[in-house]
Amino acid sequence: MQGITFTKEVDARGTFCPGPLMEMIRAVKSCSLGDVVAVISSDEGSRKDIPAWIEKAKQEFLGEEAVTGGYRLYCRKIK
Amino acid sequence: MKRILVLGGGIGGTLVANLIARKLKKEEAEITLISASQRHIYQPVWLYIPFSMDDIRSASKPLKNLLNKRIKLVLGNITQLDAGIQKVTLEDGQQIDYDFLVVATGSHPSPEDVPGFKEGAHFFYTEDSASRLRVALEEFRGGKIVVGVGGLPHKCPVAPLEFTFLVEHFLNKRKLRDKTELTYTYPLNRVFTIESAAGYAQTLLEQRNVQIETFFNLEEVDPENKVIRSMEGTELPYDLLVMIPPHRGAKFLQGNPIADEQGWVKTNRNTLQVTGFDNIWAMGDTTDIPISKAGSVTHFEAPVVAERLVATLRKTTPHKKHAEYGGKVLCFIETGYGTATKLEFDYQNPPKTPKPNRMIRLEKILFNKAYFFLVPTGRI
Repeated sequence: MQGITFTKEVDARGTFCPGPLMEMIRAVKSCSLGDVVAVISSDEGSRKDIPAWIEKAKQEFLGEEAVTGGYRLYCRKIK
Repeated sequence: MKRILVLGGGIGGTLVANLIARKLKKEEAEITLISASQRHIYQPVWLYIPFSMDDIRSASKPLKNLLNKRIKLVLGNITQLDAGIQKVTLEDGQQIDYDFLVVATGSHPSPEDVPGFKEGAHFFYTEDSASRLRVALEEFRGGKIVVGVGGLPHKCPVAPLEFTFLVEHFLNKRKLRDKTELTYTYPLNRVFTIESAAGYAQTLLEQRNVQIETFFNLEEVDPENKVIRSMEGTELPYDLLVMIPPHRGAKFLQGNPIADEQGWVKTNRNTLQVTGFDNIWAMGDTTDIPISKAGSVTHFEAPVVAERLVATLRKTTPHKKHAEYGGKVLCFIETGYGTATKLEFDYQNPPKTPKPNRMIRLEKILFNKAYFFLVPTGRI
C-alpha cells in the first residue's frame, strides 16, 4: 500500500469513542469527489468495520497497511 | 501581571477558571472569562424535558454565582480570535488581549447542515428544541417514530439511545406503544460506537421491539413526503422524526487557523495544548480529539489544563498527578423503566457495561441534582 497519496489523514489510534470508523465517515462526508482519506486505527475491529461501511456506502476501499501501533486504511470518495 | 483569558462559560470554562483562580496568587495573574450567556447551563437536563420529567429552569444557574470572585466575567459573543497577536474581539467591538488562553466554547448543533432538517426534524439539544419536542410528543397519537443520529460528531454520544429507551417507556405509559412503530438509526454497523456497549444496547432495543437501521448516515430530510434518506441509499418514512443534528465548533473558530474547517480546535490528546501554540489550551467538545463530546471529558480535562497553564506561567514542570489527560470518560445511560447503566473508560481501557439497575439511575439523578454544587466550582 505504500505510495498511496492521500488528501486527508486522521490519526484515531488509542480511541474507542467515537471511534475510527466515525472519523472515516466524517472525513469522507466532508471531502471532495476523488479525494483519498486515510484513517490510522489501533482498534482491530476497524479492519472489518471500515471496509464494510465503504462497501455499503458504495465508496472505494483502496486497502490497508500496517503502521506503528495499528493500521492505516484508505478510502477514495467516488460518489 | 499575566493575563489569563478563558473562552466559554460551560462546564469546562467555568471549572478551569475556578481551578486556576485557586492555584494562582492574585498578584500572579488576572483571570477573565468570556461567556455568550449570563447563565451556566447543565445540558444533560434537556433529555428529560420532552417527557416532562424535569423542568427547563433546573438546567441553569447564574454564571456569576459559580465563579470565584476574582474572575472577571465578560458577557458577549466572540467574533474573532487572532492567536498570532493574542487578541479576542467581541461582537460589540470590545477587544481583549491575553498572555494565556483556554478555549472551551463547546460544540453547537448545526441542523442547517442537512437539507430539510430544520423543517422536518425534532431534536432536544437546545432549550427551545427540547420544549418543542415535548409538545410534539404530547400531541402524538401513534404512527412511525424514527430516532437517530444525523451527523458526526455530536455531543453526548449516549443521548440518542437514552431518548429511544425513554420514548419507548413513555409510549407504553400512554398506551400508544402498540400503535407505534419505533425505529432507531445509527451511522455505524452497530447501535453505538463502542462494541461491548453496543451489543448490550442492541439486546435492549430488540427486547423492546425497536427496529434498528444501522449504517444510516443522514443525507436529507424530506418534510413534504415525510421521508429521510441516507448516504448509503436507504429511505425511511416517519410521522415523528427525532434526529441528533450534525454539530460544529463555535462560529468564530470555523475557518480559524487553530481549528479545522468545522471549527474543532487542533489539540494534543494528552497535554490538551493547541497545536503550534505554547500559550493556548483547548478542552471538552471544542477539540478535534476523537473522543466523546461529553461533560465528563471536560470535567476530567480541567485539572490538566489548569496544572499545565499554571506551570507554564511559573516556568515550572507540571505535577505528574495532573500532567496528562488519559482519556477518561464517564457516561450514565438512561435505559427507561426507572433503570440506568454507565460507561467508564479511557484511552487504554474499553468500557464494561453493568446490567441496568435502579441504583445507577439513582446515582445519575443525584449527580444531576448536585451538579451545580459539585462540578463547576471544582469540589469534585
